[in-house]
Amino acid sequence: MTKTLNLTLRVWRQKGPDSAGKLETYNAKNISTDMSFLEMIDVINEQLTLEGKEPIAFDHDCREGICGMCGTVVNGRPHGPEKGTTLCQLHMRHFSDGDTIVIEPWRSRAFKIIKDLVVDRSALDKIIQAGGYVSVNTGGAPDANAIPISQEIAEKAMDAAACIGCGACVAACPNASAMLFASAKISQLALLPQGKPEAAKRAIEMVRTMDNLGFGNCTNERECEAECPKEISIVNIARMNREFFKASFFSDVK
Amino acid sequence: MQLDAKIPGGPLAEKWDRHRFELKLVNPANKRKYDIIVVGTGLAGGAASASLAELGYNVKTFCIQDSPRRAHSIAAQGGINASKNYQNDGDSDRRLFYDTIKGGDFRAREANVYRLAQLSGNIIDQCVAQGVPFAREYGGQLANRSFGGAQVSRTFYARGQTGQQLLLGAYSALSRQIAAKKVEMYTRREMLDVVVIDGQARGIVVRNLVSGEIEKYAADAVVLATGGYGNVFYLSTNAMGANVSATYRAYKKGAFFANPCFTQIHPTCIPVHGTYQSKLTLMSESLRNDGRVWVPKKPGDKRKPSEIPEAERDYYLENKYPSFGNLVPRDVASRNAKEQCDKGKGVGETGLAVYLDFADAIKRDGKDTIEKKYANLFQMYEKITADNPYETPMMIYPAVHYAMGGLWVDYNLMSTIDGLFVLGEANFSDHGANRLGASALMQGLADGYFIIPYTIGGYLTTAAKKQIKTDHPAFRESEKQINDFTNKLLSIKGKRTADDFHRQLGNILWEYCGMSRNDAGLEKARKLIQELRGEFWKNVLVPGSDKDFNQSLEKAGRVADYLEFGELLVIDALSRKESCGGHFNEAHQTEENEAMRDDENFCHVSAWEYKGEGNDPVLNKEPLTFENVKLTQRSYK
Repeated sequence: MTKTLNLTLRVWRQKGPDSAGKLETYNAKNISTDMSFLEMIDVINEQLTLEGKEPIAFDHDCREGICGMCGTVVNGRPHGPEKGTTLCQLHMRHFSDGDTIVIEPWRSRAFKIIKDLVVDRSALDKIIQAGGYVSVNTGGAPDANAIPISQEIAEKAMDAAACIGCGACVAACPNASAMLFASAKISQLALLPQGKPEAAKRAIEMVRTMDNLGFGNCTNERECEAECPKEISIVNIARMNREFFKASFFSDVK
Repeated sequence: MQLDAKIPGGPLAEKWDRHRFELKLVNPANKRKYDIIVVGTGLAGGAASASLAELGYNVKTFCIQDSPRRAHSIAAQGGINASKNYQNDGDSDRRLFYDTIKGGDFRAREANVYRLAQLSGNIIDQCVAQGVPFAREYGGQLANRSFGGAQVSRTFYARGQTGQQLLLGAYSALSRQIAAKKVEMYTRREMLDVVVIDGQARGIVVRNLVSGEIEKYAADAVVLATGGYGNVFYLSTNAMGANVSATYRAYKKGAFFANPCFTQIHPTCIPVHGTYQSKLTLMSESLRNDGRVWVPKKPGDKRKPSEIPEAERDYYLENKYPSFGNLVPRDVASRNAKEQCDKGKGVGETGLAVYLDFADAIKRDGKDTIEKKYANLFQMYEKITADNPYETPMMIYPAVHYAMGGLWVDYNLMSTIDGLFVLGEANFSDHGANRLGASALMQGLADGYFIIPYTIGGYLTTAAKKQIKTDHPAFRESEKQINDFTNKLLSIKGKRTADDFHRQLGNILWEYCGMSRNDAGLEKARKLIQELRGEFWKNVLVPGSDKDFNQSLEKAGRVADYLEFGELLVIDALSRKESCGGHFNEAHQTEENEAMRDDENFCHVSAWEYKGEGNDPVLNKEPLTFENVKLTQRSYK
């Protein structure tokens, strides 16, 4: 059943990367429980605009949980309280009348704040550029059925490939580690026969790039797995570590 | 103007091969002397950027999101068609070609569509080589499923996330070229103008969305892969950032806009539930493989679906179209849903919904099997509606989904501006008046991986090579116009937000130019849009400044373009006095309420030419000739 809520929002406002930010308080009145979290912010922004104030800057695009563009920390949790859910898929029915909701950007040394809740996640692209691909040019690929891949391997690869690159794992980790993100791509390609020729180089280059970009290390807190909207498993981190050690000890990749 | 589609001669199946031979080549050492701009990083733009860079061209690629991986191709769920015939069920290039031409209600070019079918198999090969984890059978072979408008099983898929996996494949190829320094990637940039010098596209002007600075880039050719314009309807399944501005501004510079009234309304979306709603969510067409569509037989029946016995349910698609059943094409399924709701048989709180029921499939195959195929879709549905579709039927209703219309292109995918190429949903070329499911991914990737790499070379070798820099007067003029436009938006300081205007425009178009149209309604819509546009330029309120990260300003610019483009859409609908595919004019229907084409007078592409502010656009017709298929009344019975 649709109900309406009155909420108090505490939202991080910051003009630019070098300015100081602070939490501002807003009253959100008559919020329908059928609204998504982002639609609730739309309503606040419409209100702020009409009052002559600057609306809250936040990233979002597909609003169906797949593009990976949205994401803020809601009451201390990336993408909010629901498991396996992006912020755009979080609906207000999961909150209660009178709640105070604190909304902050992803925080990590590798993610510079651009404005308010918007951060620069280009570091994640750089990790992929370091080797998150199979080096095959367009044209000349063999028939798609030439390499049989067992259903089990295809499914495992797909589990890892489901990562949407939102950065919630980094925001959730006390060390701001990007290991779940990097390991998802390393795993997908290490599992599949197409990725095997470059597996050693990929593991070493991607891990090295990740370290250089200022992401922390993994200390098995498992916060990333708990907050990942696509429920990517930390089994992938174990697989990445294996790939990394294998490459370090048994390959010629430096 | 006489439109020349440059369709090669010879038999249909040999045209592309012949054309590739006839196109002049750029030798490998010379490719590095050419700069190419690609705008957009979805399937078409991502694939084109990577493939052109692999060939040796210097590529500059732009996207509005924070990463090239976010483009809305990522949200495509169900799958991608290819005529591999792995199922041995009678598929062939010719059959895929025919299904696509027929599905498009005979309003697409034969030669383009046949080429698309021929390339479809290469796409699957390419994606598998990249490591795209398509679904597999137990023996390790690729799995297929069925989609609307076809009686063979030719759709390849990766759970309900096929678009995501194909896009990440293209993104990985693009990332490799960025690392190799063959692609310079510019994120958070919005294209605001194409710069045309001596009749050739020679660059673009963009706004850096972080700093607000206007930036200019020159090149030897420009490739637009900026997606469709579905968001002109405000509520659609498109991403919030998807917009018409890049293609519309190219139109204002001389690129013709083709068939804008061919918009696809997808039958299976989660129904609208409130005025604050910002977008609609699609439930993949693949669900119609197993879901049965029904409404109560009795109008106004408010019982719960579980309380309505079998005999009192109307499985209207199965009854009306026994050979295709629930898998009729999208336009047919959408119109039938509307028809049922108009009769008062719609369900749910608003009466604007029909059931999509999985009970029989779960009984037949078990919950596990259904879960394996559709888990993420069921989960998505439950998150939005708080209903569990394993236990109660889904409620669905049609929503704006895809634009078949787009910038006019010839067989080389070049627009009416020399050197301006248009790929993917942004062009009009392959889907006619209705696109079949799982064909958008196929077209985007065919354009990007396998067509533009050949045809752009043919253009570059014949175009006069002249050094152009961004200090050329044409760039300065363009920059000045953009600054004037922005300053005007910011200076109005009215009382309504751009979003508010956008919502009202969407309501007008949905009401008068949606699933069903008539001349009086279209005339009215045109007038309402003109009035709304007038009000916008007097009363819009855009907060903030231009030299800043300012999402309100971005939005206002896009809405300003929608307010002009919306009228073009209506003008096109008014001029096409027939019904075909997604364009249904009530005055032109068969006795059974199916779309009735007028092949004698309307077997053409309508390509609109911009004639300056305040003037009506001029219609140019490209006749469509069918040498290989017979034009028939589409039948899915």
